[in-house]
Amino acid sequence: MSARPRQCHQPKAFYNSMTQTVAVIDYGMGNLHSVESALREAGASDVVVTADAETILAAGRIVFPGVGAIRDCLAEFRRLGCDTTLRLAVERGTPVLGICVGMQSLMARSEENGGVDCLGFFNGTVMRFPRNHSDIDGTKLKVPHMGWNQVSQNQNHPLWDGIADNAYFYFVHSFFLPEAESDFVAGSFDYGIKGSAAIAKGNVFATQFHPEKSHDNGLKLLANFLTWDGTC
Amino acid sequence: MSLAKRIIPCLDVDQGRVVKGVNFVGIRDAGDPIEIARRYNDAGADEITFLDITASHEQRDTTYRTVEQIASQVFIPLTVGGGVRAVTDIRRLLNAGADKVSINTAATFNPDFVRESAERFGSQCIVVAMDVKALDNGSGRHELFTHGGRKPTGIEAIEWAQKMADFGAGEILLTSMDRDGTKDGYDLPITRAISDAVDIPVIASGGVGTLDHLVAGFTKGGADAVLAASIFHFGTYTVAEAKAHLAQSGIAIRW
Repeated sequence: MSARPRQCHQPKAFYNSMTQTVAVIDYGMGNLHSVESALREAGASDVVVTADAETILAAGRIVFPGVGAIRDCLAEFRRLGCDTTLRLAVERGTPVLGICVGMQSLMARSEENGGVDCLGFFNGTVMRFPRNHSDIDGTKLKVPHMGWNQVSQNQNHPLWDGIADNAYFYFVHSFFLPEAESDFVAGSFDYGIKGSAAIAKGNVFATQFHPEKSHDNGLKLLANFLTWDGTC
Repeated sequence: MSLAKRIIPCLDVDQGRVVKGVNFVGIRDAGDPIEIARRYNDAGADEITFLDITASHEQRDTTYRTVEQIASQVFIPLTVGGGVRAVTDIRRLLNAGADKVSINTAATFNPDFVRESAERFGSQCIVVAMDVKALDNGSGRHELFTHGGRKPTGIEAIEWAQKMADFGAGEILLTSMDRDGTKDGYDLPITRAISDAVDIPVIASGGVGTLDHLVAGFTKGGADAVLAASIFHFGTYTVAEAKAHLAQSGIAIRW
Protein backbone atom coordinates (compact mmCIF):
# COMPACT_ATOMS: atom_id res chain seq x y z
CA MET A 1 0.00 0.00 0.00
CA SER A 2 2.78 2.42 0.84
CA ALA A 3 4.08 2.15 -2.71
CA ARG A 4 0.94 3.70 -4.11
CA PRO A 5 0.98 7.38 -4.92
CA ARG A 6 -0.80 9.72 -2.61
CA GLN A 7 -3.08 12.19 -4.27
CA CYS A 8 -3.47 15.47 -2.51
CA HIS A 9 -4.86 18.21 -4.64
CA GLN A 10 -5.73 20.74 -2.00
CA PRO A 11 -3.72 22.43 0.71
CA LYS A 12 -4.04 20.94 4.16
CA ALA A 13 -7.52 21.69 5.28
CA PHE A 14 -8.19 23.29 8.58
CA TYR A 15 -10.24 21.05 10.75
CA ASN A 16 -12.74 22.15 13.29
CA SER A 17 -11.89 19.96 16.24
CA MET A 18 -14.33 21.85 18.45
CA THR A 19 -17.29 19.72 17.43
CA GLN A 20 -17.71 16.03 16.89
CA THR A 21 -21.21 16.42 15.48
CA VAL A 22 -21.88 14.57 12.25
CA ALA A 23 -24.52 16.14 10.04
CA VAL A 24 -26.32 13.79 7.66
CA ILE A 25 -27.88 15.94 4.96
CA ASP A 26 -31.61 15.19 4.79
CA TYR A 27 -33.13 16.49 1.59
CA GLY A 28 -36.23 14.33 1.85
CA MET A 29 -35.24 11.63 -0.60
CA GLY A 30 -35.53 8.54 1.51
CA ASN A 31 -34.50 6.67 4.54
CA LEU A 32 -31.47 7.91 6.43
CA HIS A 33 -32.07 5.68 9.43
CA SER A 34 -29.47 3.13 8.25
CA VAL A 35 -26.79 5.76 7.72
CA GLU A 36 -27.47 7.27 11.12
CA SER A 37 -27.46 3.86 12.87
CA ALA A 38 -24.25 2.80 11.18
CA LEU A 39 -22.50 6.07 12.13
CA ARG A 40 -23.50 5.52 15.76
CA GLU A 41 -22.32 1.90 15.61
CA ALA A 42 -19.02 3.18 14.19
CA GLY A 43 -18.59 5.45 17.19
CA ALA A 44 -20.34 8.73 16.42
CA SER A 45 -21.76 10.19 19.61
CA ASP A 46 -23.71 13.00 18.02
CA VAL A 47 -25.50 12.56 14.68
CA VAL A 48 -27.98 15.11 13.34
CA VAL A 49 -30.13 14.48 10.29
CA THR A 50 -30.91 17.86 8.81
CA ALA A 51 -31.11 20.19 5.83
CA ASP A 52 -30.54 23.30 7.94
CA ALA A 53 -27.55 25.28 6.66
CA GLU A 54 -26.44 26.57 10.07
CA THR A 55 -26.55 23.11 11.62
CA ILE A 56 -24.65 21.57 8.72
CA LEU A 57 -22.00 24.29 8.74
CA ALA A 58 -21.56 23.95 12.50
CA ALA A 59 -20.97 20.21 12.24
CA GLY A 60 -17.53 18.66 12.47
CA ARG A 61 -18.20 16.42 9.50
CA ILE A 62 -20.88 15.94 6.87
CA VAL A 63 -22.42 12.90 5.22
CA PHE A 64 -24.17 13.35 1.87
CA PRO A 65 -26.26 10.23 1.22
CA GLY A 66 -28.57 9.58 -1.68
CA VAL A 67 -30.89 6.99 -3.16
CA GLY A 68 -33.29 7.01 -6.07
CA ALA A 69 -33.34 9.06 -9.25
CA ILE A 70 -30.60 11.70 -9.47
CA ARG A 71 -32.75 14.38 -11.13
CA ASP A 72 -35.22 14.37 -8.23
CA CYS A 73 -32.41 14.18 -5.69
CA LEU A 74 -30.58 17.19 -7.10
CA ALA A 75 -33.77 19.19 -7.55
CA GLU A 76 -34.61 18.82 -3.86
CA PHE A 77 -31.01 19.31 -2.80
CA ARG A 78 -30.85 22.62 -4.66
CA ARG A 79 -34.35 23.73 -3.69
CA LEU A 80 -33.35 23.43 -0.04
CA GLY A 81 -30.14 25.37 -0.67
CA CYS A 82 -27.99 22.38 0.31
CA ASP A 83 -25.74 22.89 -2.75
CA THR A 84 -24.61 26.27 -1.43
CA THR A 85 -24.20 24.89 2.07
CA LEU A 86 -22.13 21.96 0.87
CA ARG A 87 -19.92 24.22 -1.26
CA LEU A 88 -19.21 26.42 1.75
CA ALA A 89 -18.44 23.44 3.96
CA VAL A 90 -16.07 21.95 1.39
CA GLU A 91 -14.26 25.29 1.07
CA ARG A 92 -13.91 25.46 4.85
CA GLY A 93 -12.26 22.05 4.90
CA THR A 94 -14.98 20.13 6.73
CA PRO A 95 -14.60 16.39 6.05
CA VAL A 96 -17.38 15.24 3.70
CA LEU A 97 -18.47 11.70 2.86
CA GLY A 98 -20.75 11.19 -0.15
CA ILE A 99 -22.61 7.89 -0.54
CA CYS A 100 -24.08 6.34 -3.73
CA VAL A 101 -26.22 8.98 -5.47
CA GLY A 102 -24.48 11.44 -3.13
CA MET A 103 -21.19 10.52 -4.80
CA GLN A 104 -22.71 10.69 -8.28
CA SER A 105 -24.17 14.12 -7.48
CA LEU A 106 -20.66 15.46 -6.79
CA MET A 107 -19.65 14.82 -10.42
CA ALA A 108 -20.03 17.25 -13.30
CA ARG A 109 -22.80 15.36 -15.06
CA SER A 110 -24.94 12.22 -15.11
CA GLU A 111 -26.57 10.53 -18.09
CA GLU A 112 -29.45 9.41 -15.85
CA ASN A 113 -32.95 10.81 -16.49
CA GLY A 114 -31.95 11.92 -19.99
CA GLY A 115 -28.93 13.89 -18.78
CA VAL A 116 -28.53 16.02 -15.65
CA ASP A 117 -25.97 18.65 -14.67
CA CYS A 118 -24.65 17.74 -11.25
CA LEU A 119 -22.77 19.73 -8.60
CA GLY A 120 -19.38 19.69 -10.31
CA PHE A 121 -17.08 19.10 -7.35
CA PHE A 122 -15.34 16.53 -9.57
CA ASN A 123 -14.99 16.32 -13.34
CA GLY A 124 -16.47 13.30 -15.04
CA THR A 125 -19.78 11.92 -16.27
CA VAL A 126 -21.85 9.20 -14.63
CA MET A 127 -23.10 6.66 -17.20
CA ARG A 128 -25.44 3.70 -17.36
CA PHE A 129 -24.10 0.15 -17.45
CA PRO A 130 -24.43 -1.03 -21.06
CA ARG A 131 -27.59 -2.82 -22.20
CA ASN A 132 -27.02 -6.57 -22.59
CA HIS A 133 -24.00 -6.16 -20.35
CA SER A 134 -21.67 -9.15 -20.16
CA ASP A 135 -18.33 -10.24 -18.76
CA ILE A 136 -15.27 -10.90 -20.93
CA ASP A 137 -16.13 -14.61 -20.89
CA GLY A 138 -19.64 -13.87 -22.16
CA THR A 139 -21.40 -14.29 -18.81
CA LYS A 140 -24.47 -12.10 -18.67
CA LEU A 141 -24.17 -9.35 -16.04
CA LYS A 142 -27.36 -8.11 -14.43
CA VAL A 143 -28.23 -4.45 -13.92
CA PRO A 144 -28.63 -3.09 -11.24
CA HIS A 145 -25.12 -4.03 -10.13
CA MET A 146 -26.51 -5.42 -6.88
CA GLY A 147 -24.56 -7.18 -4.17
CA TRP A 148 -21.08 -7.49 -2.72
CA ASN A 149 -18.16 -6.63 -4.96
CA GLN A 150 -14.47 -6.23 -4.27
CA VAL A 151 -12.93 -2.79 -4.08
CA SER A 152 -9.39 -2.34 -5.30
CA GLN A 153 -7.69 0.57 -3.54
CA ASN A 154 -6.13 2.83 -6.20
CA GLN A 155 -4.46 5.09 -3.68
CA ASN A 156 -3.61 5.31 -0.03
CA HIS A 157 -6.17 7.21 1.90
CA PRO A 158 -6.93 7.53 5.63
CA LEU A 159 -10.42 6.15 4.98
CA TRP A 160 -8.94 2.84 3.80
CA ASP A 161 -6.94 2.40 7.04
CA GLY A 162 -7.30 -1.12 8.37
CA ILE A 163 -9.36 -2.26 5.36
CA ALA A 164 -7.80 -4.92 3.18
CA ASP A 165 -7.25 -4.25 -0.50
CA ASN A 166 -9.97 -6.02 -2.52
CA ALA A 167 -12.32 -6.12 0.47
CA TYR A 168 -16.03 -6.61 -0.25
CA PHE A 169 -18.52 -3.77 -0.08
CA TYR A 170 -22.26 -3.67 -0.87
CA PHE A 171 -23.32 -1.97 -4.11
CA VAL A 172 -26.71 -1.34 -5.63
CA HIS A 173 -26.84 0.96 -8.67
CA SER A 174 -27.54 1.07 -12.41
CA PHE A 175 -25.44 4.15 -13.16
CA PHE A 176 -21.75 4.39 -12.43
CA LEU A 177 -18.69 6.56 -12.86
CA PRO A 178 -16.29 4.81 -15.24
CA GLU A 179 -12.83 4.65 -13.73
CA ALA A 180 -11.42 6.38 -16.80
CA GLU A 181 -13.71 9.40 -16.24
CA SER A 182 -11.88 10.66 -13.18
CA ASP A 183 -8.37 11.50 -12.00
CA PHE A 184 -9.52 11.16 -8.40
CA VAL A 185 -10.43 7.50 -8.17
CA ALA A 186 -9.57 6.17 -4.70
CA GLY A 187 -11.01 2.71 -5.26
CA SER A 188 -12.38 0.78 -8.21
CA PHE A 189 -14.64 -2.21 -8.87
CA ASP A 190 -14.80 -4.59 -11.80
CA TYR A 191 -18.19 -5.47 -13.26
CA GLY A 192 -17.42 -6.31 -16.84
CA ILE A 193 -16.15 -2.74 -16.99
CA LYS A 194 -14.04 -0.79 -14.51
CA GLY A 195 -16.01 1.58 -12.33
CA SER A 196 -15.16 4.01 -9.56
CA ALA A 197 -16.00 2.57 -6.15
CA ALA A 198 -14.66 5.65 -4.38
CA ILE A 199 -13.33 9.08 -5.29
CA ALA A 200 -11.28 11.40 -3.12
CA LYS A 201 -10.05 14.97 -3.34
CA GLY A 202 -8.90 17.03 -0.37
CA ASN A 203 -11.52 16.88 2.36
CA VAL A 204 -14.10 15.08 0.20
CA PHE A 205 -14.37 11.30 0.01
CA ALA A 206 -17.28 9.58 -1.70
CA THR A 207 -18.28 6.00 -2.29
CA GLN A 208 -20.50 4.33 -4.86
CA PHE A 209 -21.05 1.46 -2.42
CA HIS A 210 -23.03 1.68 0.80
CA PRO A 211 -20.69 1.62 3.80
CA GLU A 212 -23.74 1.57 6.08
CA LYS A 213 -24.73 -1.79 4.56
CA SER A 214 -21.24 -3.25 4.17
CA HIS A 215 -20.94 -4.95 7.55
CA ASP A 216 -17.49 -4.78 9.19
CA ASN A 217 -15.67 -3.20 6.23
CA GLY A 218 -18.30 -0.49 5.96
CA LEU A 219 -18.30 0.22 9.69
CA LYS A 220 -14.51 0.46 9.61
CA LEU A 221 -14.65 2.99 6.79
CA LEU A 222 -17.21 5.04 8.74
CA ALA A 223 -15.04 4.84 11.87
CA ASN A 224 -12.09 6.09 9.78
CA PHE A 225 -14.25 8.95 8.52
CA LEU A 226 -15.13 9.88 12.11
CA THR A 227 -11.46 10.36 12.99
CA TRP A 228 -10.36 11.83 9.65
CA ASP A 229 -9.08 15.41 9.76
CA GLY A 230 -9.91 16.05 6.10
CA THR A 231 -6.38 15.78 4.83
CA CYS A 232 -4.76 12.97 2.93
CA MET B 1 -12.56 -10.08 -8.94
CA SER B 2 -16.24 -10.27 -9.46
CA LEU B 3 -19.59 -9.69 -7.89
CA ALA B 4 -20.16 -12.31 -5.20
CA LYS B 5 -23.17 -14.60 -5.34
CA ARG B 6 -25.41 -13.93 -2.38
CA ILE B 7 -26.80 -16.19 0.36
CA ILE B 8 -29.98 -14.85 1.93
CA PRO B 9 -31.57 -16.41 5.00
CA CYS B 10 -35.30 -15.76 5.19
CA LEU B 11 -37.31 -15.25 8.38
CA ASP B 12 -41.08 -15.68 8.55
CA VAL B 13 -42.35 -13.21 11.10
CA ASP B 14 -45.85 -12.99 12.58
CA GLN B 15 -46.64 -10.04 14.84
CA GLY B 16 -42.99 -9.52 15.61
CA ARG B 17 -42.16 -13.17 16.34
CA VAL B 18 -40.30 -15.61 14.13
CA VAL B 19 -42.50 -18.56 13.27
CA LYS B 20 -41.50 -21.95 11.86
CA GLY B 21 -38.83 -21.91 14.56
CA VAL B 22 -35.14 -21.39 14.49
CA ASN B 23 -32.79 -23.86 16.09
CA PHE B 24 -29.41 -22.26 16.57
CA VAL B 25 -27.12 -23.63 19.18
CA GLY B 26 -27.08 -21.27 22.12
CA ILE B 27 -29.78 -18.91 20.98
CA ARG B 28 -31.72 -17.49 23.88
CA ASP B 29 -34.97 -16.70 22.18
CA ALA B 30 -35.75 -18.60 18.99
CA GLY B 31 -38.69 -16.33 18.31
CA ASP B 32 -36.86 -13.02 18.45
CA PRO B 33 -36.26 -11.74 14.91
CA ILE B 34 -33.72 -9.20 16.11
CA GLU B 35 -31.50 -11.74 17.80
CA ILE B 36 -31.80 -14.12 14.84
CA ALA B 37 -31.02 -11.37 12.34
CA ARG B 38 -27.94 -10.46 14.37
CA ARG B 39 -26.82 -14.07 14.38
CA TYR B 40 -27.15 -14.31 10.62
CA ASN B 41 -25.39 -10.97 10.22
CA ASP B 42 -22.48 -12.23 12.35
CA ALA B 43 -22.47 -15.59 10.55
CA GLY B 44 -21.73 -13.98 7.19
CA ALA B 45 -25.16 -13.82 5.55
CA ASP B 46 -25.09 -11.42 2.60
CA GLU B 47 -28.58 -10.07 3.15
CA ILE B 48 -31.60 -10.89 5.28
CA THR B 49 -35.14 -11.24 4.04
CA PHE B 50 -37.97 -10.81 6.46
CA LEU B 51 -41.35 -12.10 5.35
CA ASP B 52 -44.14 -10.56 7.37
CA ILE B 53 -47.06 -12.95 7.59
CA THR B 54 -49.05 -10.90 10.09
CA ALA B 55 -52.61 -11.39 8.94
CA SER B 56 -54.13 -8.23 10.31
CA HIS B 57 -53.18 -4.88 8.90
CA GLU B 58 -53.87 -3.29 12.30
CA GLN B 59 -51.05 -5.27 13.88
CA ARG B 60 -48.53 -3.96 11.40
CA ASP B 61 -47.13 -1.43 13.85
CA THR B 62 -45.28 -4.32 15.48
CA THR B 63 -43.71 -5.09 12.12
CA TYR B 64 -42.44 -1.55 11.67
CA ARG B 65 -40.94 -1.56 15.15
CA THR B 66 -39.22 -4.88 14.48
CA VAL B 67 -37.81 -3.62 11.18
CA GLU B 68 -36.56 -0.50 12.95
CA GLN B 69 -34.78 -2.53 15.61
CA ILE B 70 -33.21 -4.92 13.11
CA ALA B 71 -32.05 -2.03 10.91
CA SER B 72 -30.39 -0.29 13.82
CA GLN B 73 -28.35 -3.38 14.71
CA VAL B 74 -27.76 -5.22 11.45
CA PHE B 75 -25.49 -3.60 8.87
CA ILE B 76 -26.25 -5.71 5.84
CA PRO B 77 -29.17 -5.21 3.44
CA LEU B 78 -32.63 -6.02 4.72
CA THR B 79 -35.58 -6.88 2.48
CA VAL B 80 -39.09 -6.89 3.90
CA GLY B 81 -42.05 -8.50 2.15
CA GLY B 82 -45.56 -9.67 2.88
CA GLY B 83 -48.76 -7.66 2.60
CA VAL B 84 -47.19 -4.72 0.76
CA ARG B 85 -50.19 -3.19 -1.00
CA ALA B 86 -49.75 0.55 -1.20
CA VAL B 87 -47.15 3.25 -1.63
CA THR B 88 -47.66 4.17 2.03
CA ASP B 89 -46.71 0.61 3.07
CA ILE B 90 -43.46 0.96 1.13
CA ARG B 91 -42.68 4.36 2.55
CA ARG B 92 -43.26 3.18 6.10
CA LEU B 93 -41.06 0.11 5.62
CA LEU B 94 -38.25 2.12 4.04
CA ASN B 95 -38.48 4.74 6.75
CA ALA B 96 -38.32 1.99 9.35
CA GLY B 97 -35.01 0.89 7.82
CA ALA B 98 -35.80 -1.69 5.14
CA ASP B 99 -33.45 -1.41 2.16
CA LYS B 100 -35.75 -3.25 -0.22
CA VAL B 101 -39.42 -4.04 -0.22
CA SER B 102 -40.87 -7.12 -1.82
CA ILE B 103 -44.21 -6.86 -3.63
CA ASN B 104 -46.16 -10.00 -4.45
CA THR B 105 -49.95 -10.24 -4.75
CA ALA B 106 -50.48 -6.51 -5.15
CA ALA B 107 -48.31 -6.51 -8.28
CA THR B 108 -50.60 -9.08 -9.89
CA PHE B 109 -53.75 -7.09 -9.24
CA ASN B 110 -52.17 -3.80 -10.19
CA PRO B 111 -48.92 -4.02 -12.18
CA ASP B 112 -48.78 -0.22 -12.31
CA PHE B 113 -48.17 -0.32 -8.57
CA VAL B 114 -44.71 -1.67 -9.37
CA ARG B 115 -44.07 1.05 -11.93
CA GLU B 116 -45.28 3.77 -9.59
CA SER B 117 -43.19 2.41 -6.68
CA ALA B 118 -40.04 2.12 -8.79
CA GLU B 119 -40.46 5.67 -10.07
CA ARG B 120 -41.03 7.02 -6.61
CA PHE B 121 -38.46 5.08 -4.59
CA GLY B 122 -36.06 3.79 -7.26
CA SER B 123 -35.82 0.33 -8.79
CA GLN B 124 -33.04 -0.59 -6.39
CA CYS B 125 -35.51 -1.05 -3.56
CA ILE B 126 -38.36 -2.76 -5.41
CA VAL B 127 -38.30 -6.55 -5.42
CA VAL B 128 -41.11 -8.43 -7.15
CA ALA B 129 -41.83 -11.80 -5.53
CA MET B 130 -43.25 -14.47 -7.84
CA ASP B 131 -44.76 -17.75 -6.59
CA VAL B 132 -44.92 -20.17 -9.52
CA LYS B 133 -46.08 -23.73 -10.23
CA ALA B 134 -45.40 -25.92 -13.24
CA LEU B 135 -48.47 -26.47 -15.44
CA ASP B 136 -49.73 -30.07 -15.41
CA ASN B 137 -49.92 -30.28 -19.19
CA GLY B 138 -46.28 -31.22 -19.72
CA SER B 139 -45.59 -27.97 -21.56
CA GLY B 140 -42.78 -27.07 -19.17
CA ARG B 141 -44.50 -23.73 -18.67
CA HIS B 142 -45.12 -22.21 -15.27
CA GLU B 143 -48.04 -20.24 -13.92
CA LEU B 144 -48.00 -17.37 -11.44
CA PHE B 145 -49.92 -17.88 -8.18
CA THR B 146 -50.93 -15.40 -5.50
CA HIS B 147 -52.00 -15.53 -1.84
CA GLY B 148 -49.12 -17.70 -0.73
CA GLY B 149 -49.50 -20.05 -3.68
CA ARG B 150 -53.20 -20.72 -3.23
CA LYS B 151 -54.71 -18.75 -6.11
CA PRO B 152 -53.84 -19.34 -9.77
CA THR B 153 -53.70 -16.25 -11.95
CA GLY B 154 -53.54 -17.67 -15.47
CA ILE B 155 -50.39 -15.57 -15.98
CA GLU B 156 -47.36 -17.27 -17.55
CA ALA B 157 -44.27 -16.89 -15.38
CA ILE B 158 -41.59 -15.81 -17.87
CA GLU B 159 -43.77 -13.17 -19.51
CA TRP B 160 -44.65 -11.84 -16.06
CA ALA B 161 -41.01 -11.61 -15.04
CA GLN B 162 -40.19 -9.64 -18.19
CA LYS B 163 -43.15 -7.35 -17.64
CA MET B 164 -42.13 -6.66 -14.04
CA ALA B 165 -38.56 -5.90 -15.15
CA ASP B 166 -39.93 -3.52 -17.80
CA PHE B 167 -42.09 -1.87 -15.13
CA GLY B 168 -39.01 -1.07 -13.06
CA ALA B 169 -38.56 -3.97 -10.64
CA GLY B 170 -34.95 -4.08 -9.46
CA GLU B 171 -34.90 -7.77 -8.61
CA ILE B 172 -37.07 -10.89 -8.80
CA LEU B 173 -37.59 -13.30 -5.92
CA LEU B 174 -38.70 -16.52 -7.60
CA THR B 175 -40.30 -19.20 -5.41
CA SER B 176 -41.31 -22.58 -6.76
CA MET B 177 -44.48 -23.64 -4.96
CA ASP B 178 -43.92 -27.18 -6.24
CA ARG B 179 -40.59 -27.35 -4.45
CA ASP B 180 -41.21 -25.19 -1.39
CA GLY B 181 -40.80 -27.34 1.73
CA THR B 182 -39.77 -30.48 -0.21
CA LYS B 183 -35.97 -30.29 0.26
CA ASP B 184 -35.71 -31.60 -3.32
CA GLY B 185 -33.81 -28.55 -4.58
CA TYR B 186 -34.78 -25.45 -6.54
CA ASP B 187 -36.86 -25.73 -9.71
CA LEU B 188 -33.81 -25.16 -11.90
CA PRO B 189 -35.42 -24.98 -15.37
CA ILE B 190 -37.76 -22.12 -14.49
CA THR B 191 -35.03 -20.35 -12.51
CA ARG B 192 -32.71 -20.56 -15.52
CA ALA B 193 -35.44 -19.51 -17.95
CA ILE B 194 -36.35 -16.41 -15.95
CA SER B 195 -32.76 -15.49 -15.19
CA ASP B 196 -32.00 -15.63 -18.92
CA ALA B 197 -35.14 -13.71 -19.83
CA VAL B 198 -34.50 -10.62 -17.68
CA ASP B 199 -31.55 -8.27 -17.11
CA ILE B 200 -32.26 -7.78 -13.41
CA PRO B 201 -30.99 -10.11 -10.65
CA VAL B 202 -33.00 -13.23 -9.78
CA ILE B 203 -33.14 -14.85 -6.32
CA ALA B 204 -33.90 -18.59 -6.33
CA SER B 205 -36.21 -19.83 -3.59
CA GLY B 206 -38.10 -22.95 -2.57
CA GLY B 207 -36.85 -26.48 -2.01
CA VAL B 208 -33.32 -26.28 -0.62
CA GLY B 209 -32.31 -29.39 1.31
CA THR B 210 -28.58 -29.69 0.71
CA LEU B 211 -25.60 -27.49 0.01
CA ASP B 212 -25.40 -28.92 -3.51
CA HIS B 213 -28.85 -27.46 -4.11
CA LEU B 214 -27.38 -24.02 -3.43
CA VAL B 215 -24.57 -24.71 -5.91
CA ALA B 216 -27.05 -25.86 -8.55
CA GLY B 217 -29.14 -22.73 -8.04
CA PHE B 218 -26.17 -20.71 -9.28
CA THR B 219 -24.56 -23.05 -11.82
CA LYS B 220 -27.67 -24.59 -13.38
CA GLY B 221 -30.35 -22.11 -12.36
CA GLY B 222 -28.29 -19.03 -13.22
CA ALA B 223 -29.48 -17.31 -10.05
CA ASP B 224 -27.73 -14.24 -8.67
CA ALA B 225 -28.69 -15.08 -5.10
CA VAL B 226 -30.18 -18.00 -3.21
CA LEU B 227 -32.74 -17.76 -0.45
CA ALA B 228 -33.00 -20.45 2.20
CA ALA B 229 -34.90 -20.82 5.42
CA SER B 230 -35.08 -24.20 7.05
CA ILE B 231 -31.56 -25.51 6.31
CA PHE B 232 -30.16 -22.58 8.25
CA HIS B 233 -32.89 -22.19 10.86
CA PHE B 234 -32.70 -25.79 12.00
CA GLY B 235 -28.93 -25.77 12.14
CA THR B 236 -28.58 -28.35 9.36
CA TYR B 237 -25.88 -26.13 7.92
CA THR B 238 -24.35 -22.85 8.92
CA VAL B 239 -23.97 -19.95 6.51
CA ALA B 240 -20.20 -20.44 6.78
CA GLU B 241 -20.50 -24.10 5.75
CA ALA B 242 -22.67 -23.09 2.83
CA LYS B 243 -20.12 -20.48 1.74
CA ALA B 244 -17.21 -22.90 2.08
CA HIS B 245 -19.06 -25.43 -0.07
CA LEU B 246 -19.89 -22.83 -2.72
CA ALA B 247 -16.29 -21.62 -2.79
CA GLN B 248 -15.05 -25.20 -3.27
CA SER B 249 -17.48 -25.46 -6.18
CA GLY B 250 -15.85 -22.45 -7.82
CA ILE B 251 -18.56 -19.91 -7.03
CA ALA B 252 -17.53 -16.38 -6.09
CA ILE B 253 -18.70 -15.64 -2.58
CA ARG B 254 -17.94 -12.96 -0.01
CA TRP B 255 -15.76 -13.94 2.93
